[in-house]
Amino acid sequence: MSYRIVHYINQFYAGIGGEEKADIVPEIREGIVGPGQAFKAALGAEAEIVATVVCGDSYFASNMGKASAEILDMMKKYKPDAVIAGPAFNAGRYGTACGALGEAVIKELGIPVVSGMYPENPGVDMYKKSFYIVETPDSAAGMRKAVPAMASLLLKLLKGEKLGTPAVEGYIERGVRKNKFYDKLAAERAVDMFTAKLKGQPFVTEYPMPVFDRVAPNPAIKNMKDAVIALVTSGGICPVGNPDHIEASSASKFGEYDITGIDDLTCDFYCTAHGGYDATYADQDADRVLPVDVLREMEREGVFKKLHNKFYTTVGNGTAVASSKRFAEEIARRLIADGVTAVILTST
Amino acid sequence: MVKEIERAGLPVVHICTIVPISLTVGANRIVPAVAIPHPLGDPSRTMAEEKEIRRHLVEKALRALQTEITEQTVFTD
Repeated sequence: MSYRIVHYINQFYAGIGGEEKADIVPEIREGIVGPGQAFKAALGAEAEIVATVVCGDSYFASNMGKASAEILDMMKKYKPDAVIAGPAFNAGRYGTACGALGEAVIKELGIPVVSGMYPENPGVDMYKKSFYIVETPDSAAGMRKAVPAMASLLLKLLKGEKLGTPAVEGYIERGVRKNKFYDKLAAERAVDMFTAKLKGQPFVTEYPMPVFDRVAPNPAIKNMKDAVIALVTSGGICPVGNPDHIEASSASKFGEYDITGIDDLTCDFYCTAHGGYDATYADQDADRVLPVDVLREMEREGVFKKLHNKFYTTVGNGTAVASSKRFAEEIARRLIADGVTAVILTST
Repeated sequence: MVKEIERAGLPVVHICTIVPISLTVGANRIVPAVAIPHPLGDPSRTMAEEKEIRRHLVEKALRALQTEITEQTVFTD
């Protein structure tokens, strides 16, 4: 008898459509859809994908609790022994959906679940403690690498086999500590590591320190009437024609655009460069992403002193954390030099 | 980006649709928005109604910027 698997994928991998279909509600289909084919090969005779759930990324991200519950109900009917979610690579909403669903499967169904994501996918930090997420490359080009790793980890979990360390098994560290006996005393191992470090040789720490990169909130604006407000967005709003060629995904740059004298971002002059959401509504009226019209009104009413005459934009779609950090450091430097006192940052 | 702007010393408010992601990346002042393709609008309404929704969200964002906080805070109504 082979194990029964239910697979979760998004609308894109199901071949239903891209962003214009990201709102579709969950549905379940018998058998294999899309990347399930590759899993079938990797799982062999030991396990079979009996059904596939498909759900739109935006639907899931906008209704996380409800979507998880709906999908679990659909899955239960197929009596799964385990669940595969994704892989989601570096797709943020898809990764978040796979993560939320994986956590729900563990909690509600109590069966093994495996997903696959690129380490910078926001779903990793949110859900790596809850279940096993295999480390994958950042795009679907890494499917051939991701699938066998996910399949082999899932089979081990199903058979109750003992797992090795995250580095050996290929999953992202979950922060679980296990006791282990060494031949050498801790003091000796520490001295070995220390001497290796002094000699510039590689060594592996036994207890990596967690990284908490948090920034304390800045003090509030005391007097709004004196404030100079700037707009920044990861939603890709730019002049029509995208003059700086900001990439639709994995952006390598940001844009700076002058809005002196502009009261409203109309469709004749502004659009979005973003390739990670349905651009229809932003292209019709970019104020839906970057609220220039309303801020101009409030500026005139004297709610605050001034709307800064430049806005900054990039595309937050699969864009590397390191790039975003670099963009924002430069943007902040320019804003401060121009006398801006507070920032509204919008994200889609 | 929100975190780096904050780190540079500017108070910043994040108007965003997927609040859990904003919390994960470390935004401090967060205002939940309408929907992913139109965070500050709603195409199912009239333009005037949409603008009202947008104004309401921006007012909330300005309120957030004027509120002293010590930890990550989601500003709902």
